[in-house]
Amino acid sequence: MVDFTPPPLLHIRYLNKQFGALKVTRDVEIRVEQGEIHAIIGPNGAGKTTLINQISGELAADSGSILFDNRELCGLRVHQRARLGVGRTYQTSSLFDQMTTQQNVMLALQNQQGHSFRFWRKAATDPSLIHPALGILERVGLLDQQNDYAANLAHGQRRQLEIAMSLATKPKLLLLDEPMAGMGQEESWKMVAALRKLGSEVSILFVEHDMETVFSLADRISVLVYGRVIASGDADTIRNDPNVRDAYLGGIEDA
Amino acid sequence: MIMKQFFSTRNLLTRKNLVLFLLALTLLSLPLIASINDDSYLLIMVSRMLIFALAALSLDLVIGYGGMVSFGHAAYLGVGAYTVGILSAHVMEGSSIGFLPGNLPGTESGLISLPLAMLLAGLVALVFGALSLRTRGIHFIMITLAFAQMLYYLFISLYRYGGEDGLSMNGRNLLPGLDLYNDTHFYWLCLGCLTGYGLLVYKFLGARFGQVIRGCKQNPEKMQALGFATYRYQLVAFVISGMGAGLAGALLANHSEFVSPDLMSWHLSGELMVMVILGGLGTLIGPILGAISYLLMEEVLAGYTEHWQIILGPLLILVVLFSRKGILGALVGKAADDG
Repeated sequence: MVDFTPPPLLHIRYLNKQFGALKVTRDVEIRVEQGEIHAIIGPNGAGKTTLINQISGELAADSGSILFDNRELCGLRVHQRARLGVGRTYQTSSLFDQMTTQQNVMLALQNQQGHSFRFWRKAATDPSLIHPALGILERVGLLDQQNDYAANLAHGQRRQLEIAMSLATKPKLLLLDEPMAGMGQEESWKMVAALRKLGSEVSILFVEHDMETVFSLADRISVLVYGRVIASGDADTIRNDPNVRDAYLGGIEDA
Repeated sequence: MIMKQFFSTRNLLTRKNLVLFLLALTLLSLPLIASINDDSYLLIMVSRMLIFALAALSLDLVIGYGGMVSFGHAAYLGVGAYTVGILSAHVMEGSSIGFLPGNLPGTESGLISLPLAMLLAGLVALVFGALSLRTRGIHFIMITLAFAQMLYYLFISLYRYGGEDGLSMNGRNLLPGLDLYNDTHFYWLCLGCLTGYGLLVYKFLGARFGQVIRGCKQNPEKMQALGFATYRYQLVAFVISGMGAGLAGALLANHSEFVSPDLMSWHLSGELMVMVILGGLGTLIGPILGAISYLLMEEVLAGYTEHWQIILGPLLILVVLFSRKGILGALVGKAADDG
């Protein structure tokens, strides 16, 4: 028998991480297929952000393996993982505040076009940076803000800009840490629509608190409780899983 | 909309350009003024200011633009100065350079000693930078200081080359077409080096490299998440900066025909930092203004009292308190923002 199913884009196995006596990641196993939108949910302190940080490389895992696009990520540095196609956004948008929206995206684009040990040609007027940057800003709906400083953008716009910058690096997988955090209802739904559109082009692994958005957006969901994956599957599976109801969903209904 | 932005950035009539224009005009006309007044001391004094301006500008590249607070920049200046000094001292003795294989003689040719000074300062900056850049923040400040002090004590104990007493040179370097003993010629050399290095750095900062350097200052974590190997870019900026300081050191050695370990001491590193902050961090023009005004204050105030730093101290505090971008910020306002 030959297995024709393509290998997963991201395959995390037996991942462990411990801070002192506190085990924040316990034998985590998660598969993200090509083109999938995968959500990680779980109560506060379940180790969701810690997990994202271990995938992006900001934290080193104690043991286990993170296979991405058939390459082992463990042991690689943040920038090396980014170059392989792991893009990410942070819970609080991380931008270059003293640069304009357009400059932010242009800087992100630079790395896509090889190294930046280029000392002569003016970057600010380089059409090979400006044109794609404007294209990306149009895609995320920030074209009107192109000359605004990132520091002056509204909360939702900052989040959009951060996603725009990730897109500029042409990632294969986008790690989003609570993309809807701090957004109002309307902004959230706009973001959901934007992410759904994005999901047709790039695989997404995201962490989110808000159940509604998770169930409406994710193809598959993994539930993380005390550092352990207690269930993984599509929305219906998760909704009906007794363990999940016990550990997480029930808790919310009670509250 | 893009066209509009294009033209507004091309607008040459800004206050910043006015400051730059007046500065250039003053510096260019100074030899004429000096010859009319028959005042050769003026050129000697301003030459020294230009040399320190070059060193301060190189420091601004790492502190103001790169966010790497190097507290040991005198080290690279000292390496540049000693390169010129040692080569010249061997000419005076007629001896060969003992610590190198082969019987290499000293030289007084500026075509050899000036580039060599930059090269060696760059190499030292490469080694010190490679180790220092593994740390951040206060640790980076301390480790750059420690490396510089290490070099300082090394040269204090280097009796072969004068030790604590310093090293007298055979004379100024020789350059084709220039007579460095001629104060006007020497002045043009200093102004040329400052302009040349300043323009290069300006060009680098506008290019992709400069954008990465700025990004590394504003948000290094994000730069890495975007896939930039920040360490390499910062190290290259550090080396470029060290080379500029090395050139300044080489000129300073020629200026005083004498080198001493004091050129590497933390006092000088601190003074360079004061010049940068006084003039305006991350502005390139600022450090030039800062160096000139610092040395001018020293010159004028020292005429009244030997404790002139008592006046300088409060002045520096006032500048830092009221203008985020130093003197340049006070002159041109928000336009000074560049780093």
